[in-house]
Amino acid sequence: MTYPRILPVGEAAVTVELGDRLDPALNARVHALDAHLTRLAPPGLQETVPTYRSLLVRYDPARLPPDALKALLAAALDTLETAPLPEGRLIEIPVHYGDSAGPDLVSVARHCGLPPAEVIRRHTAPTYQVAMLGFAPGFAYLLGLDPALATPRLATPRTRIPPGSVGIAGAQTGVYALPTPGGWQLIGRTPTRLFDPAADDPFALHAGDRVRFVAQ
Amino acid sequence: MLEVLEPGLLTTVQDGGRRGWARYGIPPSGPLDPAAFAAANALVGNPPDAAGLEITLLGPTLRFWRAAIVAVCGADFALTVGRRPVPTWHALYIRAGEVLTFGERRRGARAYLAIAGGLALPPFLGSQATYLPGGFGGLDGRALRAGDRLPWHPPIPLPYARAGRVWPPQHRPPYSAAPTLRVILGPQDDYFTPEGIETFRSAAYTLTATSDRMGTRLHGPPIAHRAATDIISDGVIWGSIQVPPDGQPIVMLADHQTTGGYPKIAAVIQADLPLLAQSLPGDAIRFAIEPGPLASSSDAL
Repeated sequence: MTYPRILPVGEAAVTVELGDRLDPALNARVHALDAHLTRLAPPGLQETVPTYRSLLVRYDPARLPPDALKALLAAALDTLETAPLPEGRLIEIPVHYGDSAGPDLVSVARHCGLPPAEVIRRHTAPTYQVAMLGFAPGFAYLLGLDPALATPRLATPRTRIPPGSVGIAGAQTGVYALPTPGGWQLIGRTPTRLFDPAADDPFALHAGDRVRFVAQ
Repeated sequence: MLEVLEPGLLTTVQDGGRRGWARYGIPPSGPLDPAAFAAANALVGNPPDAAGLEITLLGPTLRFWRAAIVAVCGADFALTVGRRPVPTWHALYIRAGEVLTFGERRRGARAYLAIAGGLALPPFLGSQATYLPGGFGGLDGRALRAGDRLPWHPPIPLPYARAGRVWPPQHRPPYSAAPTLRVILGPQDDYFTPEGIETFRSAAYTLTATSDRMGTRLHGPPIAHRAATDIISDGVIWGSIQVPPDGQPIVMLADHQTTGGYPKIAAVIQADLPLLAQSLPGDAIRFAIEPGPLASSSDAL
């Protein structure tokens, strides 16, 4: 497959795919393209949604004809080759690991063949990248999990997960923002509210931010 | 003040939707049938995105404590004001204290009530649209209950002259119990075999009872994937058609998850979303593939 490529999403959106991997450098390029288009703000560009390896672009074909959009994206992708990658804010998230806050810490440790303290050490070591938000308001998908901590989802999802729960699913780690059902292995919980409708900025994390977990 | 005497099955406050927040995991919400919603607002002299009610399957009973000009468009209900039968797709004058009752539903799934001036609830992220899974928008992020009171801004003077105006039948969407939805293939049509695409193009799919404002689940001949049945999660829009491993398509609606990990065979064009919104469990839905706006479905630069 040749990347980048532009794929149709109905008559008023496209997905710009930059690759087909979970990779921090590739994801950083998605955020660079997103930032570039947001700065450019051409008339008829309605919304962009950055994801792991692609950017969804919603546009109004009456104001921004598909050919003009393609030309604009081609030019943006050219500048991307040389532009420095944006470095997002660094957010620290305090986490209480284990006990009732992280009911699956022990089983994750057993699955990985590590003592629970080592799971905590390895989970707090990296600086993660917020690859994208999705699934539910404020839910952040992070890149950078130590592969040694990869653990399959629960066989039976929980019907309600308390907001702030920090989980692992396969090679991914993330923080639940709202009380939702879910099958991630819960290793801890943060008092940081990822989604707070009453706050000036309701979202603690933005796509492109960097995150460190700090054990409490 | 508008008082809810009976809430109906699922009545929510909606407006033009909460656009621009998908990057934070927030879907657009808003009316599932934007055409009927805009028609109702136009009949009462509102901008097309003014806040009104979305009414689902079983309608509410509402008392208007002030005189109002209202319109009900979309699904066809037997309406009465007091004891007087009144039509849908008309601007209606309601006197202070009168009760609007939604009776028998004759056709369609969702009706929209617009009121001159528009409902006036506190917006969240710029919109009054109710998003039930997130618990925000509308009235405390929930469906209406008996006893709720909704404020609106009655225009002064009331646009009495609008009463009696009709939305012409030829300008209503071509609702059908067996609609054909026009779709544009992509972004992951290459995840399906040619036979799978042919099944999708030619088969009839039945709307299932598990459909909601997040998505319409369909049942019919399974659409065959080539090999992989999941993708690296990417962006989803209202109208995206996901096909999970069981081959049964799901059309994403206004409260959709903003990202998804199932391949999306196609997306319904916006003009045909109202037809889907008015479909009922058991209705047979077909897809017609239209050429897309891009030269080819996968356009390498």
